[in-house]
Amino acid sequence: MEILYKKSRMLTDTPLSYCPGCTHGIVHKLLAETLEEIGAEGNVIGIAPVGCSVFAYKFFNCDMQQVAHGRAPACATGIKRCNPDKIVFAYQGDGDIASIGIAEIIHAAARGENITVIFINNAIYGMTGGQMAPTTLLGQKTTTTPYGRVVGINGNPIRLCEMIATLDGPCFVSRVSVSDPVNVRKAKKAIKKGFENQINKKGFSLIEVLSTCPTNWHMNPVQSLNYVKNEMTKIFPLGVFKDCQEGN
Amino acid sequence: MKQLMKGNEAIAEAAVRGGCRAFFGYPITPQNEIPEYMSFRMSEVGGVFLQAESEIAAINMVYGAAGSGARAMTSSSSPGISLKQEGISYICGADLPCVIVNMVRGGPGLGGILPAQSDYFQAVKGGGHGDYHMLVYGPSTVQEAVNIMYDAFDKADKYRLPVMLLGDGMLGQIMEAVELPEMKDVNSFPKKKWATDGSGIGADRRVINSLFIDPDSLEKQNHSLFSKYELLKRNETQYEEYMTEDAEYILVAYGTVARVCRSAVDILRERGIKAGLFRPVTLFPYPTNRLYQIADKEELKYFLSVELSMGQMVEDLKLAVNGKKKVKFFGKVGGNVMSPEEIVDNLVSKIEEN
Repeated sequence: MEILYKKSRMLTDTPLSYCPGCTHGIVHKLLAETLEEIGAEGNVIGIAPVGCSVFAYKFFNCDMQQVAHGRAPACATGIKRCNPDKIVFAYQGDGDIASIGIAEIIHAAARGENITVIFINNAIYGMTGGQMAPTTLLGQKTTTTPYGRVVGINGNPIRLCEMIATLDGPCFVSRVSVSDPVNVRKAKKAIKKGFENQINKKGFSLIEVLSTCPTNWHMNPVQSLNYVKNEMTKIFPLGVFKDCQEGN
Repeated sequence: MKQLMKGNEAIAEAAVRGGCRAFFGYPITPQNEIPEYMSFRMSEVGGVFLQAESEIAAINMVYGAAGSGARAMTSSSSPGISLKQEGISYICGADLPCVIVNMVRGGPGLGGILPAQSDYFQAVKGGGHGDYHMLVYGPSTVQEAVNIMYDAFDKADKYRLPVMLLGDGMLGQIMEAVELPEMKDVNSFPKKKWATDGSGIGADRRVINSLFIDPDSLEKQNHSLFSKYELLKRNETQYEEYMTEDAEYILVAYGTVARVCRSAVDILRERGIKAGLFRPVTLFPYPTNRLYQIADKEELKYFLSVELSMGQMVEDLKLAVNGKKKVKFFGKVGGNVMSPEEIVDNLVSKIEEN
């Protein structure tokens, strides 16, 4: 029998812990496929954050470190500086990277650390039950903004890619989405580029993936994907914000 | 051949010779000579030096580097060490080896920059969240600090836990003649099979982790940590005694203060007062058993804990003595260091009280 499709070797057999309709699973698949395609097997160290993807260390079939909330870029720096020929990636959520760990990501980017960072932006703290995130949209209801996020009280959402792209250090900064098959393919391309940059010693790559949280958004999976497409992309436009190979 | 070196620089050089090949730090007085020294020394020996964006980042760089198998260290002073506590807790929870230098300054808050021992509790009782300890040394001289630092990475690797060198501005800034040991061969260190060096796959992949969501697993991990601390108590406890044999009064002090106490003992002996000095070298494990033994001596009237704090180590001393003898306390804080004469006067006044 001909095999038409199989799970990436870079994923373990551990069942994913994510909720139905959550797009972490899609991103895990894209990331694992990419690692396999670039030949990272047996040559890669991943970092799991604090948040919904805290258990990522169970899912990727490679050496993994779980690290304190927000500190993945610092941890990745420590690993990469001591192992410059190994591939190092950090996987972070919005609270992790854009709130508690904003200093770490900015400085890792400014130093041009030769690492690849995958940033899952679902505009909410999922693991803790749906509190406001640094990327929560204005008007969006969360358990700590029960009347919706209001500028005068809660401030504005942070556009991390745009901020990071102002720095001279990073090589590649891109925001993608996995809301439909076309965008999934684009996301895969961006992730792959992030890793190819690392292999070619081009420096820091950040790929932000707009993602869903049906559970805490109180939507079904289809509504969630539409919310990403129709609402999130208005505040977080997709695109490439910096690409050292394109000369910008 | 002995050479004259500043404490901080001698400690840094001893770390290099002991196998340190990764240093992550952040400026804070009075330990700046350590990162400054490492900034050129690491490049000379093919190691890694990085000035981090914060103490928090620095300790998490240590976490990553140590987790990937490197001999990694950081240094800081009190407020910076406070910032590192989260990372230290994770490092202990994940069974990672590393070395941390704390050149203690007075507190709380921004405090001062002069010598203090007010971070004793933080160093020996854990410091961050959760049940854990580090192997903590309180060296008294630059030479002793060098000797401890030289073997600190071996100890950290052996037990897979952080080793902390607890000094102060006096130890860091003083210049003393030191004999530096030979450079250890980095290729001779035992291989770390648990380290995430990137080669792991399938059943052989390694995970560095302090998350144990299942209560039985977390309980097991806590017991596993404490079985290491039992080994530390058995194998690593160090102390020094000076004229304790026939002593009626025993001063108990570590680090900078122990040096002053030694002079105080000499003065007291000259005056015909039978005083002695007990100096813990390891602060965790604390030399509890030996102190408990000494407390049985009939001629011994009391212990006097002398510290640059409002009274921290005195609690461990009291636990060790367990009510067998009186334990008294003399402390100075704020960066003021007591003179030998002040210690003598304090002891004499306490004798007269009785």
